[in-house]
Amino acid sequence: MNNKSQVLSKIQSSLARRNRAEARFRWYGRMAIFIGLLAVALLFIDIVSKGHGAFRATYIQLDVRYDQALVGIDNLTDAEQLIAGNWQALPKSALRTYFPDVSGRSDKRKLYKLLSNGAGFDLKDRLVADPSLLNRIESVWILADDDIDTYYKSWLDGNPYDARMSDKQVKWIHQLHQEGQIALHFNSNLFTRGDSREPEQAGIRGALMGSFFTLVLTLLLSFPIGVSAAIYLEEFAPKNKWTDFIEVNINNLAAVPSIIFGLLGLAIFINVFHVPRSVPIVGGLVLTLMTLPTIIITSRAAIKSVPPSIREAALGMGASKYQMVLHHVLPLALPGMLTGAIIGMAQALGETAPLLMIGMVAFIVDIPGGFSDPATVLPVQIFLWADSPERAFIEKTSAAIMVLLSFLIIMNTSAVWLRKRLERRW
Amino acid sequence: MQTADILFLLLGLGVFGFYLGRGRALAVANPLGGIRQLHSLPSYYGMHIVICALIPSLLLFGLWIIFDSTVIDGLVMGSLPETITPSDNASYSLLLNKITNVASGIIPATGQPQALVDASAYKLYLENLSRWSLTTLVLMVSMSGLVWGRFKVQAKFQARQAVEKVMQNMLFGCACLAIFTTLGIVLSVLFESIQFFRSVSVYDFVFGLEWSPQTAIREDQVGSSGSFGAIPLFAGTLLVSAVAMVIAVPVGLMSAIYLAEYASKNIRTFAKPALEVLAGIPTVVYGFFAALTVAPFLRDLGNDFGVSISSESALAAGGVMGIMIIPFISSLADDVITAVPQSMRDGSLAMGATQSETISKVVIPAALPGIVGGIMLAVSRAIGETMIVVMAAGLAANLTANPLESVTTVTVQIVTLLTGDQEFDSPKTLAAFALGLMLFIVTLLLNIFALHIVKKYREQYE
Repeated sequence: MNNKSQVLSKIQSSLARRNRAEARFRWYGRMAIFIGLLAVALLFIDIVSKGHGAFRATYIQLDVRYDQALVGIDNLTDAEQLIAGNWQALPKSALRTYFPDVSGRSDKRKLYKLLSNGAGFDLKDRLVADPSLLNRIESVWILADDDIDTYYKSWLDGNPYDARMSDKQVKWIHQLHQEGQIALHFNSNLFTRGDSREPEQAGIRGALMGSFFTLVLTLLLSFPIGVSAAIYLEEFAPKNKWTDFIEVNINNLAAVPSIIFGLLGLAIFINVFHVPRSVPIVGGLVLTLMTLPTIIITSRAAIKSVPPSIREAALGMGASKYQMVLHHVLPLALPGMLTGAIIGMAQALGETAPLLMIGMVAFIVDIPGGFSDPATVLPVQIFLWADSPERAFIEKTSAAIMVLLSFLIIMNTSAVWLRKRLERRW
Repeated sequence: MQTADILFLLLGLGVFGFYLGRGRALAVANPLGGIRQLHSLPSYYGMHIVICALIPSLLLFGLWIIFDSTVIDGLVMGSLPETITPSDNASYSLLLNKITNVASGIIPATGQPQALVDASAYKLYLENLSRWSLTTLVLMVSMSGLVWGRFKVQAKFQARQAVEKVMQNMLFGCACLAIFTTLGIVLSVLFESIQFFRSVSVYDFVFGLEWSPQTAIREDQVGSSGSFGAIPLFAGTLLVSAVAMVIAVPVGLMSAIYLAEYASKNIRTFAKPALEVLAGIPTVVYGFFAALTVAPFLRDLGNDFGVSISSESALAAGGVMGIMIIPFISSLADDVITAVPQSMRDGSLAMGATQSETISKVVIPAALPGIVGGIMLAVSRAIGETMIVVMAAGLAANLTANPLESVTTVTVQIVTLLTGDQEFDSPKTLAAFALGLMLFIVTLLLNIFALHIVKKYREQYE
């Protein structure tokens, strides 16, 4: 009797401790989820807070006189003259007119630094588009230099960053600001230009086109090949050692580090088959090999989910095995396969390391127009910009990341949507 | 003719062949009393012609494209007079480059030696010849296939079987691509590694304590010794991966447990995809986050407490890598935890155990093999991860176990060795392939072992 109550009291007294342990355990779980979600939130907040500014750029409004003599041309249709012309003289003279009391070499140089060093060529493009402007005065919003851009944006935010500005430049900016001649406009350069050493002129168009061509090739190769392999393995493969070997290989390839695929591309495609470096063709080939396991695995799952009764019905009606697969199994499995393909493409779009190996890391200004033009891709562009010392590139990098992430979000949500919408439950 | 034009022409021939075959089959069937008298459906006869017309010609086309530049280069270099025939590999490719550039007009021909100008003219001539013979040959092969297929169209011909046989082979070929890829990886890293191990011994590489992959340009250069001891790289890789695991394993595991055992359906439907967002973010973004946000933050934090933390510390790179791996571990662990039969939980709860006791004493031990397998896959992922460490970890090899210092990893070295402008067969670039071989072997072993465990575990409860 005494013994029993002792045990009972022992259990009673330990109950509180055990319940506390239970509560603690739950809290660990909640903390873990919280840390994970916090990381997601921090990452997005960090990127957006760094990058949102890049969608607007600082422009300075000046009265530009398209002076024929100043540029040194007499014929706007002569391509050689257009190349040789001293276009930088146009924005410089416009600045001197606006700030007439600036004198001295070093002051003038500082003054000219207000504007992007590509400003003259932008004006050239305006003039070529509208030749009637020649020798006339036009009021133009001209792209400011990246240091000015950084300073002006930070000053508007109330936390001026003037480490790379001289006092005079700061004064001029404030004068321009008071007279309403400096403002932030939508930064179309970001979406229309290729890479540049000057942050204010750099854009992601080239990288986007490179990514586009690379991904198109990847999709064209990996989807048919992956689906064929999946069909073979699910419907036709005999149960033998060779089939097992294929499966082991696919599962292992799915877990091989991506950089190894880059080494493969470098050694086989470039050194043995002499595919040129830096072109979307070789990028597409490497990414195809990399995404194939993903597509094969998801396609197999999709084929597996088609019930055997469908197959038996088709075979019972006299269809051959290929007719059964092509006419019945494949259409039913297609939504699942497409989902897998989109996920594989999203993976390929974000991939950087193997492309570094095959030379898609070059500095390329021209926007690629085909599969065999030298190109870089968006993640590699992000890598290159993140490495650049100029402060203004941080903003650009974050903006490029925002563009990349929005593409990925679109692709992944469409995959989820497709799965929910089209996949049949049996 | 451009390659794209040839492909379009072939495509057109294929479409034409299909309708030709189908029409011919119908024409054959008509006097016999309808398509019932044919062995196969008319479209199979059409497909058969497409196969006859396209497959041999495409094969020829592919082989030609792959080999023509090698053959042309060989012929051009063979045509050079004895006097300027290059002796070694490097000057061979240099001369070949020069000839190519002269031929394409990048370097003006004036001022070059006569033999070189001749060779470039010869090269142009050969290229032109190759292109025209390719066009005619491919079209001829395709046309003859078409004609042959057209004559094969007869009522008794087993077109369906013929087509299906070809399709079966194509499907089999696609499935075998996985084997060829693995083979390609093994061969490419192995060949270059063997070349590397000719100049640096395997022992020095695997057990050497110093890594400074400088090779001399001149004989008498200072610091030209170039030592390829990979131990500091392995240590750095392990350090960064260990930091990542310290973060990812508890967080991933606990969130999997919470989501699988405690969370209500609403929380689960929200939190699971939200965590999986982390898995979809490209590694270059994590690298940017690590290098520009986490590392400076840690350095400043260290300054406040009087601890010196390198701005390329293993802590920053490993920590961010850990965040990246959280969803990987949590989804794998979630799978194995939910696979544990409910009856085991019920038994434990019925004995009066609390939920957390059930989890830690029954569910986790039962799921342990699967969890260990998942963690091993995650380790293999961390070891092979490249972009985060390239952007956030250091370049200098540093043999240390202190996560506050800067270390370098195998993948960082592969990238830095191969993205420069060295010639291809210097030990410096070959070292990258030797590192790649190491990386491949280690991750392969981890993967095979982990997949084996996971598979075995899955079978246990199925």
